[in-house]
Amino acid sequence: MASERIPLVAYLVLEPEPHLVAQQCVRCGARFFDRRNACGSCGGRDFEPAPVAVTGHLRAFSIVHRAAPGVTAPFVSAIVEAGDGTTVRANLVEVPPDPAEIQLGMPVRLVTYPAGTDSEGTECIAFGFAPVSA
Amino acid sequence: MSDSVWILGTSMTRFTRHEGRDLVDLASEAALDALDDGGVTVHDLDVLACGTLFSANASVGQQLLGQIGQTGISIYNVANACATGATAVRVALMAIRSGEASMALALGVEKMGKMGLLGSPPRAPKGPTTYEASGRFGSVRSVDGLLGTKTMPGVFGQAGMRYAHDHPGVGFEQFAKIAHKNHLHSTLNPLAQYRKEFSLDEVKASPMVAYPNTLLMCCPTGDGAAAAVLVSEERLRSLSADQRRRAVKISASVLTSDPYVEGGQVQPDVNTLTRNAADVAYEQAGVGPGDLDLVELHDCFASAELIHYDNLRLCEPGGAGDFIDSGAPYRDGATPVNVSGGLISKGHPIGATGVANIYEIATHLRGEAGDRQIPDARVGLAHVIGLGSSCGVHILERSAA
Ligand SMILES: [Zn+2]
Repeated sequence: MASERIPLVAYLVLEPEPHLVAQQCVRCGARFFDRRNACGSCGGRDFEPAPVAVTGHLRAFSIVHRAAPGVTAPFVSAIVEAGDGTTVRANLVEVPPDPAEIQLGMPVRLVTYPAGTDSEGTECIAFGFAPVSA
Repeated sequence: MSDSVWILGTSMTRFTRHEGRDLVDLASEAALDALDDGGVTVHDLDVLACGTLFSANASVGQQLLGQIGQTGISIYNVANACATGATAVRVALMAIRSGEASMALALGVEKMGKMGLLGSPPRAPKGPTTYEASGRFGSVRSVDGLLGTKTMPGVFGQAGMRYAHDHPGVGFEQFAKIAHKNHLHSTLNPLAQYRKEFSLDEVKASPMVAYPNTLLMCCPTGDGAAAAVLVSEERLRSLSADQRRRAVKISASVLTSDPYVEGGQVQPDVNTLTRNAADVAYEQAGVGPGDLDLVELHDCFASAELIHYDNLRLCEPGGAGDFIDSGAPYRDGATPVNVSGGLISKGHPIGATGVANIYEIATHLRGEAGDRQIPDARVGLAHVIGLGSSCGVHILERSAA
């Protein structure tokens, strides 16, 4: 039975409320989502976890029609600037893949959804951004 | 002035799908033509810088000299994404500047065939799976198509849309005009992969690859090679009057990588390193954007060309939309951009591109560009960017002689 849930990426934290956690450089405050060797901005070696704002606005998008085999297309790839200034890439969801339906600058919020189940019944949870209804 | 480096000879193969010809055939054609063009032979060379990306581990420089002349010189095989060709030119130039060489061949070559979508990850294996966090992001499965896209048309689509976000008046229409222009330009270039004009409506109606880039706004994959023989000023002086007259001066040669900016590891910032490279190049050459008679810039996608108008300072800050709307970058406009057809229509065999741009500029400066000649061209700029990122900018000037 699908009793376990696992985040798609380590920087997605599901509990208590889904949110992203960046690695923040202690010295300069630069934020990263990957495993770090040192800071790409200042060279600092020390990092602390920093929760990322779950709301933000749409800085850029592309509606991808031609994707790799196995990838469902079209989908909307989005660059979101979170409310605290952190840049995040994810799909824009809960909106049709139609440029007429997507406004640059529109407010968005982080949402999660199931993105597959493995052979042992563990469910993968992905995140995306959805428009905030006015 | 005495440490200037000059282009003595240059050439490119046609960009197309060269069935039945391998990488070394293409490299040999470009190298021999460039040597012939410069009036020298392989025995005059001190250094070879050979750029190729997808066969970067194949010692292509050695294979080339194995065909055209094993003289025992230093060979530098280089790879630097789409800046590979420009990097080869810079390696050759630096060898001459260092005083270790007085004549060098810079060559770029690629054979891509129909490679498909660049930037997409390998397909996931079939069969039972167990989710387990792995890699730098602790991902349990492929994130392509779930956490946005890393495919090239989408990444550069987003880069263009980010500019549109900040600059009202920029959108799908402006991107489409750029592709219209470059396809139109290519009709005059016998070496271009495509030589067909498309109406603006045809550009907009062609299949969507990654909005805002339709198929006709995306560069094709293809095969080709380009080469340039570089020479020190001192050695140039020992050559014939005709060789000196046709020589083209490299007034600036710059290679930058992407400095840290917030979010640059999430969505590549192709702007800052291009601006940095352009500013240093203008300073080195002692010219400004207004002095340029033509520009070959890295239009891997129409959305990329638009933002580079601003990055290369060809337009007023924020004015890239107005720049294309005004017709300025058309071949009869104020600042012709990509009169070769650009990557979109001339083609983009990756390793060759950064040398082919220099071939194009040099050919106009020599007044030898035939039907597509920009009249009385004296100064030109060649730009490439390889995602990851590296940006090469060269400014070339016609010989004063
Ligand atoms: Zn830091």
